[in-house]
Amino acid sequence: MEECAPESADQEFILRMENIYKSFPGGVQANRGITLEVRSGEIHCLLGENGAGKTVLMSILYGLYKPDSGCIYYKGKKLDIHNPKDAIRHRIGMVHQHFMLVPTLTVAENIVLGQYPPWKVLNHMEEVHERIRAMSDEFGLDVDPTKLVQDLSVGEQQRVEILKALYHGADLLILDEPTAVLTPQESEHLLKFLRQLADRGLTIIFITHKLEEVMEVSDRVTVLRDGRVVGTVNTSETNPRELARMMVGREVLMELKKSQTQPGKVIFAVRDLRVRDARGLEAVKGVSFEVREREILGIAGVSGNGQTELALALAGLIDCEFDEMRLDGQILTKHDLHRLHRMGMAHVPEDRQRMGLILPFSVAENFVLKSYRDEPFSKRGFLRFEAIREYSRSQISKFNIRVGDIEEEIAHLSGGNQQKVVVARELDRHPRFLLVNQPTRGIDIGATEFVRQQILAQRDAGAAILLISADLEEIFALSDRILVMFEGRFMGEVPPDPALIEQVGLMMAGKAAVPAD
Amino acid sequence: MELLPALLFLQSTLAATWRMATPILYAAIGEVFSERAGVLNIGLEGIMLIGAFAAYSTAFETGNLVLGLIAAVLSGLVCGLVFALFTVTIKANQIVVGAAFNMIGMGITGFLYRAFYAESGKVLSLKTFLPLDLPFLSSIPFLGEVLFRHNIMVYATLLLVPAASFVLYKTAFGLSIRAVGEHPKAADTAGINVHRTRYISVLIGTSLAAIGGAFLVLAYADQFVEGIVTGRGFIALAVVVFGGWSPWGAMGTSLLFGVFYALQLRIQAMPNVLIPYQFLQALPYLATLLVLVGLTKRRVRAPKALGIPY
Ligand SMILES: Nc1ncnc2c1ncn2[C@@H]1O[C@H](COP(=O)(O)OP(=O)(O)OP(=O)(O)O)[C@@H](O)[C@H]1O
Ligand SMILES: [Mg+2]
Repeated sequence: MEECAPESADQEFILRMENIYKSFPGGVQANRGITLEVRSGEIHCLLGENGAGKTVLMSILYGLYKPDSGCIYYKGKKLDIHNPKDAIRHRIGMVHQHFMLVPTLTVAENIVLGQYPPWKVLNHMEEVHERIRAMSDEFGLDVDPTKLVQDLSVGEQQRVEILKALYHGADLLILDEPTAVLTPQESEHLLKFLRQLADRGLTIIFITHKLEEVMEVSDRVTVLRDGRVVGTVNTSETNPRELARMMVGREVLMELKKSQTQPGKVIFAVRDLRVRDARGLEAVKGVSFEVREREILGIAGVSGNGQTELALALAGLIDCEFDEMRLDGQILTKHDLHRLHRMGMAHVPEDRQRMGLILPFSVAENFVLKSYRDEPFSKRGFLRFEAIREYSRSQISKFNIRVGDIEEEIAHLSGGNQQKVVVARELDRHPRFLLVNQPTRGIDIGATEFVRQQILAQRDAGAAILLISADLEEIFALSDRILVMFEGRFMGEVPPDPALIEQVGLMMAGKAAVPAD
Repeated sequence: MELLPALLFLQSTLAATWRMATPILYAAIGEVFSERAGVLNIGLEGIMLIGAFAAYSTAFETGNLVLGLIAAVLSGLVCGLVFALFTVTIKANQIVVGAAFNMIGMGITGFLYRAFYAESGKVLSLKTFLPLDLPFLSSIPFLGEVLFRHNIMVYATLLLVPAASFVLYKTAFGLSIRAVGEHPKAADTAGINVHRTRYISVLIGTSLAAIGGAFLVLAYADQFVEGIVTGRGFIALAVVVFGGWSPWGAMGTSLLFGVFYALQLRIQAMPNVLIPYQFLQALPYLATLLVLVGLTKRRVRAPKALGIPY
């Protein structure tokens, strides 16, 4: 590593990362000479495509990775960070893209984890609880310190992560895609909260793919592409279109071209579907709907209103009851649900890490998870690796997936690239019925554009598509009809007319129902 | 049977129960620490053997039982260092390394025992830890015999179990152990040194296993025999699972095993019992299994990162 000066030349910045290089075995150069300057008390957005190197850069700052070269200055001094403990000691807090909470411990235990010398007797947990409650009230975070983390919703876990960082007294708070898993309401709340924190003098580095959020909350934006800095701009002097261009390196269509199609015959229909959630409570309370050929049926709703259970049931992953279900004219029994994917259904699940992918498997293996038994991937019971590799390579270039080597463990891919692998695999099976749940969660705008176009292309090719998304904008952009789900029931159906967004918002809150026509 | 002999039978069975459970309990408590930190050590059997031999040879040569015990702990620590070096630092497969320990333990102790003791013509027995009859309490009829006439290593488990439970659930160190075994990456980002935590947990595990082995020669039988551990290390592994990875659970399960073990020994010793002894020997294992399968309603999950190197 080259010599770093003991002090930062420029005292205006609380953080200065200078010329950071980081590559991984396998040849991925995640960071190639990144220089990032963050002012004290600002909200600094880090923007960039999937795999641009945002998480790696922040992990270096937090002591999880060692840079190959480069210098870090923090509060005017050279910063030597070898592990997260050093980061915490220097009052750097990080909320990770994939949460870092131990599910079997309580909120309070997670928060004090690693804070005391080993021999410390934890006989003061009552005080810790009190302090967490006080902070939770002060910041309006609504966190119960005695609950087990595994019983919390993602939104709550997110708040616990933030509270954890604040509890440790962070001066610099890094949030890696905190809004990807939140409902729009929760995101809104979070952004306001971050603003409050910044007004108190906290410095915040905020990673997101959502340009509206960048425009709403940040003071400055640094855009990364391919491990390099494209530029840093003041938020007030830019606009989403320019940011998108910086990120992707070309004009991004912010509007989708959606052709008018004539829906054909009914492909999938279900009557009176009832599903219980993991706790045995009825989450889907008797819904009926049908999806036609060349049609996208969008299901809007604040997450947690039964959409997850609905999708899991249709994918045959949890038990359900129904009066009647048909796929392509065939009457289905509960038994058939387990093998729908053999009958022409494809499924992009909500939770890519737990359901869509096998993390310790290679990228290539994940590409053929559902088709490895078919020609050309296997012949007479033997896998044909050359065919699998070739196919994977073509998918990777088609979907522009950033990966060093197709034999690499998929766990090493950036979150958005993992998502692209799932989408690529499912769409390529040319399904008759396609179930997509949060298809663009955590992927960058370039890729979002691409995935949405692919979904529309499937529609135009004749697929019946059920789209579940908490992102209203996505629902309106893609759907031909929209059903609004609230507390396990449909509140009504609306056409995707942008003038009705407001009304759908109300229906999502269970406020008003329009008569379905 | 008539009433009095039946009572006596029960009394002697129960009196033996705790003693039978003790070596298993030591090993199991240690293994609870190791597994809670995410390291599965199936080499307990071998390490108990090494502990037993270290204790025996030291106590035999010096005539001092406490030195024997210390030697056992040291041998356990050495085993633990080697085990952790392979499984934690080098990230080798824990099952493979554990299996190697079982074979090495068997081989080394067998070899050394034959080389130095078996054919030396010496009198090989030790003076073991004597039962401490607690004043008054030990003269209570029935209970006195069952509970209050044991040796110090048996009584020590009464301290060991609550102490282990305290460390695991009430100290910062215990919290780290539980986090490391469940979600090591989260522990890492919280500033915990995952490798160090695993090393220490493994060392606790192996030294307690070695003490369990030492018990067999210092406080149970009075000499070393090849393969003296006879599967107790493996039972300890099962005890950890059935005890739900908690010290108190391990204690309950060990005692249960102890009852059946004591029972089968007594049945074997009875005249004109026609059951083949192999079957009787299998009884404690089967019976414990059946009882526990019947009793455990709540399924406790293994630590999530168990067996996975970090
Ligand atoms: N541990 C690792 N081993 C190998 N490659 C890695 C590892 N971590 C990250 N990479 C690679 O480094 C590159 C940058 O990844 P990074 O996670 O920083 O992307 P990102 O900008 O955070 O993307 P996203 O928005 O999808 O989260 C990717 O190509 C990724 O595959
Ligand atoms: Mg990332």
